[in-house]
Parts: sequence; structure tokens; C-alpha cells
Amino acid sequence: MERRTIFGGWLLPAALVLPQVAVTVIFFLLPAAEAIYSSLTATDAFGLHTRFAGGSNFAALFSDGGYLGALARTSVFCALVTALAMALGLVLAVFADHEIRGRALYRTLLIWPYAVAPAVAAVLWVFVMHPEVGLLGRRLNHAGLHWDYTLNGTEAMGLVVVASAWTQVSYNFVFFLAGLQSIPRAVIEAARLDGARGFRRFRTILLPLLMPTTFFLLIVNLVYAAFETFGTIMALTRGGPGQSTETLVVKVYRDGVVNLDLSGSSAQSVILMLVVIGPAALQFRFLGRRTVA
Amino acid sequence: MRRRLTWGRPDWLAHLVLGLGVLLFALPVWLVFAGATQDAGAINRGDLSLLPRLSHLDVFLSVLRAGAPSNAAVPVWHMLMISAGMALAIAVGKIVISLLSAYAVAFFRFRFRMVAFWTIFITLMLPVEVRIIPTYAVMADFHMINSFAGLTVPLLASATATLLFRQVFLAVPDELIEAARMDGAGPIRFLFDILIPVSAANIAALFVILFIYGWNQYLWPLLVATDPRLDTIVIGIVQSIDTGFALTPWNTMMAMAVLAILPPVVVVVAMQRWFVKGLTEVEK
Repeated sequence: MERRTIFGGWLLPAALVLPQVAVTVIFFLLPAAEAIYSSLTATDAFGLHTRFAGGSNFAALFSDGGYLGALARTSVFCALVTALAMALGLVLAVFADHEIRGRALYRTLLIWPYAVAPAVAAVLWVFVMHPEVGLLGRRLNHAGLHWDYTLNGTEAMGLVVVASAWTQVSYNFVFFLAGLQSIPRAVIEAARLDGARGFRRFRTILLPLLMPTTFFLLIVNLVYAAFETFGTIMALTRGGPGQSTETLVVKVYRDGVVNLDLSGSSAQSVILMLVVIGPAALQFRFLGRRTVA
Repeated sequence: MRRRLTWGRPDWLAHLVLGLGVLLFALPVWLVFAGATQDAGAINRGDLSLLPRLSHLDVFLSVLRAGAPSNAAVPVWHMLMISAGMALAIAVGKIVISLLSAYAVAFFRFRFRMVAFWTIFITLMLPVEVRIIPTYAVMADFHMINSFAGLTVPLLASATATLLFRQVFLAVPDELIEAARMDGAGPIRFLFDILIPVSAANIAALFVILFIYGWNQYLWPLLVATDPRLDTIVIGIVQSIDTGFALTPWNTMMAMAVLAILPPVVVVVAMQRWFVKGLTEVEK
């Protein structure tokens, strides 16, 4: 629905949208255009000559085992973080929807971790899991289990997944709980009269009704795992040991900021932009539906 | 009436599951809090108590006053001020510019209205993580590296906040608008006397979400602020961990981590009602 215009003129509305549009053009569109431009060009070693390179930067990426490895690693990482964070959020929400004593307190105690910065959460996990000084990590080593995520790539990946999921559970908990509470009481009552019990009732009644929420959270969690875990990974492992926790975003940072490979990292940025368009469009549709209703 | 959804599930099971969940979140923070109050040697020896030593709570004061171990020139209170300034500037700035542009798009019909709308919308597709290098180049061209404006201004655009305000404005009843028109309210008075008051709850909700968003930034300050005087607490604690493994007293780093977590957690807990509303209505 569009509201009919109530005020005329163009100077005032133009002034009102100007700050937002200016920030968007200068800090979003300009850099994006520049990324596309440099992804299509190549600069010589001295930075003197720039020439059009067509798709060769992209071709180089996709024939580079390092990039394909990061792509595969990021997919696995995203799948694990999403599965873990959503499963925990769902289980906690199902039990918090229960009428029990102290449930308001439980909710508060399950919501606050949303406020912990991903990078700071990673620091907490360093304190707990570091092989020499970590409160739990050193105990593992004393017990004869060889735990050292600074040397073992699999352990590093496991730790980065757990630390990344840890900060995202609260978000999923809030949405699953809101989803459960919007299920009409009559539906639940009817299921109860039909004799559906326990897990079967959950699987056949609640889960299908939670599908829209689940789908929405799936997109948000995948985007979170792909893009917003940069701080977690940098604080815990800096992408190492070797490349074993290097996701696509960490690789852009390493290649561009640390190794100053402008064309290569721009091509990577352009690929990431293409990757994020799909989820962003879906999120937009969901947002529209949610607030219009 | 007490709404009982027993689901054939005993209460103790719910208490058990929720209790474990609470523990999963609280335990790491508690361990670090307790660790902060031990002497540095205790952590290296590994005989760490789960009980904080209340007599050593002054470690927090000394950390606030002294510099971070990695970066002795800048005291931790200064980092907390930078974080708070950044979070407030981003939250207030995003709310103001989104509110104004949503007002323009919803209540005026002007040339390039849809162009403006789609320009704003496109920011959804360009998170900073995907345009690290070129954004840095633009910042350098504008001489915004190592400035407080550089830390905050580029993060002020918000498609989701604009969309949210637009929806709120479109839901304002026609009667209210008619009444304002009868009173002869001009566009500015209409905005301040009618629209802002009716969206107060949405503004509060957005504020909580955006404050957390601003406080928790890591990649952006890492890129644009290399001057230690602009270190946020998040940057500061990650740097201490990086540089100070063997050298730094662990208890002071742990105290720093607790101080980094505390302010945003207080905001979320104190404004929980608006936080849940904000979270389920917009995301970032």
C-alpha cells in the first residue's frame, strides 16, 4: 500500500534523504564500483601501468587451489555453525515455552550473550581452551589428551565453530521462542486431544508451524557464519594454523590488507557480493512481509 | 488461568535443559571473572579457583587506570570511552538519518524518490566484509583514516532501519494525518509532534540493537584506525591476547575482557523488552 502524498515540494524531501544517500553513495556504491573495476584490471609490479584484464583475475582464483580450498572450508564452517547454533536455540526455546517457575529469569539468562562481541567471545574461549594457560585446555593436556588448537587444524576448526555458534544461539532462541508463542493455543490443544505426545507432537505439529521461522533463521545464520565471524576467527586463530581456519572473508583480508594483492582481493570481493545478493533479497522479502502484516 | 502446556514433559526436564543452557553461557564468563581476581602466578601454575577472591576486585580499577598490557600508552577507560562514543554515535546517527529518509519516502512525492529508495536498499547487499580494500581506499581519499568520523560515519547508512520506519509511518492512521492537516501543521511540526512520538517504542528497540552493533564492531576499526588513541575495547583486548601470551599477566587481560562485555550486556538486560521487540522486527 502506498500512502497518498500529503506534502508537496522537493527541496525539503531531498534534504531529508540527502545524508543517507550521501553515505550510501560514498561508502557503499563507490567502493563497490571500485572493487568491480580493480577486479577487471591488472597492475604491474611497480604500480605504474594498469591494463584491462578481463576475467583473468577470476580465472586465476578458480584455478587456485588455495581459493577453492577456502570456498570448501567456508561451506563446511557455515553448515556446522548454522546447525549447532540453530539446534541449541530451538531446544532451549522449546523448553522455555514451558510454563515453569522462574521462566522470565531463564529467558534473561539465555538472551544476554547476544550482547557479547564475537571477537570478545573468542577471547573468552582462548582463556578457557588455550593449551598452556587455558583453564580447561591445560587440564586436557595434563590428563594426557593432546589438545593444541594452535597446531592442530581440526581442533582449531572445531573451536572456531563452537565459539562462533556460542554467540549466535541467543539470537535463534529469541526467534524460535517468538515463533512458538505465536502458534495458536487451539492447535496445541487439538493435538493434545488427539493424543499426540512428546517428541511426536513436536515433530508433527510444532516443527511444521515453525518452518517460516526456521527458513528465515537459516538464511540469517548462514550470512552470519560467512561474514560476521571474522573477529572470532582472527582473535582465536588468525586463520591458522596454516590455512585450516581461513574462511573467504579472512582470505580477502589476508590477501588484500596483509599481502596487498589488490586485483586478486577485489575479484574475491566481487564474488562475495554476488554470493550475498541472494540471501539479502530473501531477507528483504521476509522483512517486508513481517512488518506489513 | 494458568496456561499449562505440559506436552507430557515433566518440569524437572525443562529445568535441567534450561539450566544447562544457562550454564553453557555463564560458565566461560564466570571462569574469566574469577580468573581476573587471582594473582597472575596462580593462572600459570594452573591452580585456579572457581571462587573469585573478593579482596582482589581492585584489579578492575587498576586495569581501568593503567594501559592495556600490549599498549601501555592508552588506559582501558579510554578504550571504553571510544567504544561508548562509537556505539552511541552509530546508534543515534543511524536512527536519525533513517528516520528522516523514511519520512521523505513515505510522505512526499518527489523526483528520484524511487531512485533514492533503491540506493538506500542496496546497502543490504554490501556488508563491509565484502568490500574491505576499496572502502579503505575511499577512506584514505577523504582523509578519514584514524579519525573518529572515519570510525562512525561510513557505518551510518541503514536499509533495514529505513524500511522499518517506513512501515511504521505507513501504518499511522489517516485520521491522525487529517487532524494534523486541519491544525495546519507543516511538515516539520508533523514530524516532531506526531511521527516521532508514535514511533518512540520502535526507536527504543532500534537503539538497543544498534548500540550493540556499534559496540561490537571489530573489522571496521581494525581497518580504519591504527592510531592507538582510537582503539576500542574490543580491538584492545584482541591485541593484548595476540601480543601478550607469555609476557602479560593473565588476570589483567581477563579483567579487561570482563570490562569489554559488561556495558553491552547491561544495555540488553536493562532494556530487554525493547531488545526482543527490536530483534524480531529488524535485524541490524
